[in-house]
Formats: sequence, structure tokens, C-alpha cells
Amino acid sequence: MNEAPFVIIGAGPAGLSAAEILLKSGAHVVLIDRSDRLGGQLTKQTHMFFGSEKQHASKRGIDILKLMVDALSGYDNLTVHKETTVVGMYKDKTLACLKGETYFKVHAQAIIVATGASEKALPFENNDLPGVYAAGAVQTLMNVYGVKPGNKVLMVGSGNIGLIVSYQLMQAGIEVVKLVEAADSISGYLVHASKIRRYGVPIEMNKSVKRAIGKTAVEAVELWELDEHWQGIPGTEEMIECDTICLAVGLAPLTELMQQIGVEITFIGELGGNVPRINPRFETSVPGVYACGDVAGIEEASSAMIAGKIAATHALLNAGIEVDKAESSLASWRQELQGLRNGPHGEKVRKGLEKLGVLS
Amino acid sequence: MIEKTGVAPSALVKKEFPEKIVLKKPKAVIECYKDIPCNPCETSCPFDAIKVPDDINHRPVIDFEKCTGCGICVYNCPGLAINVFQLKDDKVLMKIPYEFSPLPKIGKQVNVMNRAGEKVTEGVITKVQNTKKHNKTALIHIEIPSAFLYDAITIEVKPHEA
Amino acid sequence: MRITEHPILSFKGKKPVVFFYNGQQLVGKEGDTIASALHAAGVKMLSESIHLKRPRGFYCAIGNCASCNMVVNGEPNVRTCITPLEANMDVRMQEGKGRV
Repeated sequence: MNEAPFVIIGAGPAGLSAAEILLKSGAHVVLIDRSDRLGGQLTKQTHMFFGSEKQHASKRGIDILKLMVDALSGYDNLTVHKETTVVGMYKDKTLACLKGETYFKVHAQAIIVATGASEKALPFENNDLPGVYAAGAVQTLMNVYGVKPGNKVLMVGSGNIGLIVSYQLMQAGIEVVKLVEAADSISGYLVHASKIRRYGVPIEMNKSVKRAIGKTAVEAVELWELDEHWQGIPGTEEMIECDTICLAVGLAPLTELMQQIGVEITFIGELGGNVPRINPRFETSVPGVYACGDVAGIEEASSAMIAGKIAATHALLNAGIEVDKAESSLASWRQELQGLRNGPHGEKVRKGLEKLGVLS
Repeated sequence: MIEKTGVAPSALVKKEFPEKIVLKKPKAVIECYKDIPCNPCETSCPFDAIKVPDDINHRPVIDFEKCTGCGICVYNCPGLAINVFQLKDDKVLMKIPYEFSPLPKIGKQVNVMNRAGEKVTEGVITKVQNTKKHNKTALIHIEIPSAFLYDAITIEVKPHEA
Repeated sequence: MRITEHPILSFKGKKPVVFFYNGQQLVGKEGDTIASALHAAGVKMLSESIHLKRPRGFYCAIGNCASCNMVVNGEPNVRTCITPLEANMDVRMQEGKGRV
């Protein structure tokens, strides 16, 4: 069995930034990701990021990814396992890993879980037809593989993902016929909404999908208006021709691995659903197991990057490893994180963290 | 209304513009109508003309006396929410951010769109800047009739042939 | 269904990769997954639901949902959305739960 003081599961923004902090201390780090490339969802973010310079604002996600991966180069205390899925997690912090046909185990002193989230679906008639895709899937198809998901797309959901993926579809030369939102106002940043609207994409509130239509793939969609209880109103149906229905209806944290070792999980809707009960040090109810990034509550990538640094620093301190200027670094990262969560768009997250009892 | 459509009403838009006399010189107009955690407009401005006061979530404030209309904030704004406007005789000279392919050619007549995505007039491309520092957000210069100062926001983008 | 022009990304210069879908020869590109190559070739239906035989395509494209499982080189339940395309691969629609 391989021994490693620190194992990070997931090489997205949270995992990569945690890795950098751990590596700087000289500790041996094992970084595991199931994909064949590092970066998690950063690999398909072609837009400029928000935030401040400290979180690389104004740079594109794909370029931030390069910086984060470059920051890990030159460390001989790093072992990376790509295309490797952690299939089991045991109470003594042994991880069962599957890489192709090969199975191996790693025993860790501390584990940082940064597994991210999966996309939610939406119930409607024929929602299993080919052509009904999650927004992240559409992004992967376009921005990683250069393949068009379709030629005419209906976008469902006005959060930042729905707004940004609509824009990215247009950048790929694809028509976005409409964006609908079940709530009564746009939930993402207005600047993103204005950006697609001025290129002619209608944005409509209190509206959702009644059913998808098609034999072996989507050929059209029937929309309808929703009442204040989010129920469809008969008689308001509208038929739209499209070959893709793109669902951007939220994310759910991927907490399954932590559940295997009895990490206390609690349902907090504001954070995306089932989340680990973490303390302000990002440590779960199982000592030495930390959770950061979307798996600890759905937020923006910039927040995940800071969370990774904080979690990693505490993991080092708890292991008795000295960290240069730990106190001042932690204080400034906490301040950065608080800054990002301060505005009206951070309200939901603040509410969720309050319920979790970790609002700093 | 903007919270439901993404379209800023004209009264809101006009508040962000300086007096017309100020627009004899090019000035950045920032249309960032809601608090979001973001400040590259402030940090990219070489003339110290834009401030995001106190909290990174606050809306930016521009000092039109300091703004030279250089356009650096235009391609650094992640929300593509900044455009430069200048009044010259009976024309408006606009600098807009543009992230589509192909880029328009200089001298080309283009359809000019309002904030709701409707064609309001036609304009002529006068300059296209897309060097390394623009980092793939091109800065497009367009000349349009001055009557559309408060309406024009971008140029038409069409889907590629299927 | 390939992106021909893009303001931020470039997909040029990728070599063609020949493979087989239900015995029919198709051409994908270097760097593709099986599902992206099929989608680019216009094949959206990748599997059938086990009981009702309803058409299924991919949904998540990152290996979460199993909606894209196919038989690849005789092996069933291959998650085609995350499996890299290789030359001469034999890709087939899967019946039911698949037989090993």
C-alpha cells in the first residue's frame, strides 16, 4: 500500500490551490482526478473571471488553469494520478483507487475532498430524449472537443451558468432561440444577461419546459408559463423549434465518498443540497478529512480557489507542520472569501453558511 | 425591469452617461447595474479614473475628468459592460468589446443593435484592435449617426451556417 | 457538427481517427471521446433505456450519469463520454444491461 501524508481528491480549482499550499510546505502530496486532464470545470471556462486580481480576475478560466497547473510544476513531492477514480474510502483513511483496469490503495494521514458537484436535471415529459443536455455537458462538447451540441438551442435557467453557456454557444456560432427562467427574476449577474440579450436572445421569466418533442432526438419544445407556485398554467403553451434543450438548473455537491466513512452530512438547500458539516477550518466531522470547493457548498470558482488554500493550511497545521506566516495568510484569505460573498449574489451562500454555523 | 429582461431602461442608461459636452472627448460608460464581487475596471485603468469604493461588491464609479477613453477597461471588464463613446460632429464614435469570429473588417457597413438586440441603425467599422494585450476580447471602433448615442450598444452577430 | 471558427479557442490541425459505429465507418478527430466523435458525426442516440427501450443520448458528458453507455470492442457499459476515441474502435449500441 502507498503511504501519503496528504491526498487530494479532485483537481479542480479547490484541489489545485490546496495542492500548491501543501507542496510549498515540502509535504508529500498525492493528487487524484478521474479525468485525463487537470482543472475540473476550469477546462471549459472560456470567459473572463470576476473577482479581484488575487483570484486572477479578468483572466479566462482556461488561462487561470494553466497558471494553477504551472504552479505545481517542479515539485518532486507531488504524485499525480489522472484517469483515476476513488471508488472507496475507509475509516482508517485508506482510499481504493481505480485507474483503467488497475486497482490500488493509498493510505493517507489527511484527505482533502474537492470532488465538486454534479448537474441537476429537470422533470418534464420526454426529458430523457437525446438533445436534452446539462449545460456543463454542452460546454464540454463545445469548448473541450470543438463539437456543436446542435444548431438551435433552448436554454433553461438564468443563473450564471445558463447565461454564460448561452453566450459561449453564440461564440461557437450556434443560435440560442430563447432563455427561460422559472423564477420571476434573473438569478445570475445582470451583466451576463445584458450581454446575451443585446445579441438578440429573448430572456423570459416565469416560464419552463412542459415537454420535449421528437422521435429519437429533440425536434421541438413546448414551453408554458408558471404560476407563483411554479405550476404550469394550461392555455399558455408555446411551441418552439429547436434541436437542443440545455438545462442549467443548479448543481448538487458530490458527497458520496465522504458518506462512506460516516462524515456527517446535512441538507442545506442554499448550498446546493447535501453538504458535509464542516467547521471554519473546512474540516468535516471526521478529523483529518477536509472538504472544500463546490462539494462543501455550491459557489463560484474564485471562492473555491481560496477555500482550497485555507483547508490545506489547516490540514498542515493540524498535522503539526509549520507554515510560514500561517496566521496572517489565513486572515487575508478569510477576508478575500468574505469579500466575494458580501454582495447581493452572496446572500444565498451566506444564509447557507449561517445554517452550517461557519459564517465567518 | 432589467432584472426580468436583461435590458436596461433608457432612464438608467442615461444616468451613466456624462453631459454631451464632455463627450467631445472619448469617455468610458460603465453599465454595471448591480453589485457583484468584481474590480478589474479599477485595477486595469492606467489613469486611476475608476474606483470600486470600499467593498469589491460595490458598483464602480468613474471620474470623467481623469478618463481618457483609451478603452483598456473595455476589454478587461469580465462582464463586457463598458463601452467608450465620443461625439464628433453628427457622429458617435464607439469602442466596443467583441468576442466573436470572424472579426468585422475595417470599412464594413454593419447593423447596430440596441440593448434589447433590435437593429436601430447602421454603422461603419473604423478600426479593429486585437493584439496580445486584448487577450481575445477585440476592441472594435464603429462610427454611427449621433441620434443613436443612447440606443446603440453593439453590432449584429449571426449564427454560423449550419 | 464541428465548430469551424471560434474567437477564443482553436480546434485546427487535429488528425482524423477512423472508427466503426454499428459496423459503419465514421471519422472522428484526435482528442475526441467516443461520444463527441459520434455527436460530431450526427449520432445523438447512444443507447436505449433498459425496460422501455427509449432513446438515450449523453447527459452530463463527464462520466456521472451512465446515459451514454455503449459496447466498445465487445465490452459493454463503456462510458463513451469520457472514453478517448481510438483508431478502428468498434462501437455498438448496447441492448439492455449488456452481456459480458
